[in-house]
Amino acid sequence: MSEIQYVAAKSVKEAVRAMQAAKGKGRILAGGTDLLVQMKSGLQAPGVIVDVKKIAEMTTISEKKGSFTIGAATPAAVIGEHKKLKKAWPGVVEAINLIGSTQVQGRASAGGNLCNASPAADSVPALVAAGCTVSVQGPKGKRSVPVEKFNAGPGKTTLKPGEIVVSLTLPARPKNSSDAYLRLIPRTEMDIAVVGCGVSLTMKGDKCVAARVGLGAVAPTVLRVDKAEKALVGSKLDGKALDAAAAACSAACKPIDDKRGTIRYRTKIAGVLLKRATAIARDRVNGIEHKTH
Amino acid sequence: MAKIHVNTTINGAPTEFLCDASQTLLEVLRDQLGLTGSKEGCGSGDCGACSVTINDRLVCSCLVLAPEAEGVKIDTIEGMADGDKLHPLQKKFVEMAALQCGICTPGFLVASKALLKKNPNPTETEVRYWLAGNLCRCTGYDKIVTAVLDVAAEMRESAR
Repeated sequence: MSEIQYVAAKSVKEAVRAMQAAKGKGRILAGGTDLLVQMKSGLQAPGVIVDVKKIAEMTTISEKKGSFTIGAATPAAVIGEHKKLKKAWPGVVEAINLIGSTQVQGRASAGGNLCNASPAADSVPALVAAGCTVSVQGPKGKRSVPVEKFNAGPGKTTLKPGEIVVSLTLPARPKNSSDAYLRLIPRTEMDIAVVGCGVSLTMKGDKCVAARVGLGAVAPTVLRVDKAEKALVGSKLDGKALDAAAAACSAACKPIDDKRGTIRYRTKIAGVLLKRATAIARDRVNGIEHKTH
Repeated sequence: MAKIHVNTTINGAPTEFLCDASQTLLEVLRDQLGLTGSKEGCGSGDCGACSVTINDRLVCSCLVLAPEAEGVKIDTIEGMADGDKLHPLQKKFVEMAALQCGICTPGFLVASKALLKKNPNPTETEVRYWLAGNLCRCTGYDKIVTAVLDVAAEMRESAR
């Protein structure tokens, strides 16, 4: 094996410097549940591995005026144990907690799931629905990106050389808001989404006043489906509105045909999941609990 | 290239080792430290045979780099029994024959212990989902799940 360097960065600046010095050969080690597998299979051959788990900012969850910031390398299990975050964003937390097994949850992070840039990443549709902002730091300073604009294609992010994802910020929540994430897999656990759908709602009485929809595994990147959002907003989430939103989701699909699902199947399921996730999010606004498992 | 010097704690004992940047914790545990209880099944985080806890968090040691062990607390299957005295989970696995070839057993035990520490009163569904990342290709899972539920009940009883 070629010589690899390991750097345990103590600050974001140090991590950025190490990535810059690696000249494109650097890889960030957060949970490592994708990186190490890819290294073993020869898909990745980093020159420098930059471990970011010693950086407090990247491994903690903080709250400021109702807005949560999740360090990009915070393990999924830690996110799942954060009661306040789970209460505000049950859909985001359930999506992150669907990534892999208990063991994988102990390591895998939302930042890693995002940067791995799989179109089927479970956390991303829920983050898109949540209106998440990605905080990026690089040699030229900091910038933030809406999560739906972060990835460029399968395995490709929009990060520039030396840039790393520091944290993910979820906006403060108006009253009577909630969210949900559903994915279709052929089994009940430990699988990759055939379709994933995240829905976030704000209700006023029985009327939907704000909605965001994220759709995964049906296009090269996770999609924000604004036409579905428009169909929901202003409605009472009645059959007609749900049919229109589901049709918008199906229309937005540009999926691949593979062993997990055909184009036709994925396209149809996108609409089905939209309806079900919307129903769960609405129930949660009304205090009805839903558990994934 | 120079080796990396790592100081860590394994099963309560301060431990140091030298490793390469790309070596996994599992490789070091087995090949350098002689702790061969953790097994390599898949090497990709799918089978759970290499399960250990790091700072009390259940992980696959095949997906941890050895240098990451610096300054942390690692617990492996070797630390589960108290000398000759088996942990209740170990005893129950033997009693109920919740194993056949035994390759997956250390991983199941470490994972089950982590579950009972977090949740002393799990439902059968919770046990099954918690252990979904541990694969057994011999016995099926029923005896393992029953053993974990039995031990949970016994430990709750003896804690009263």
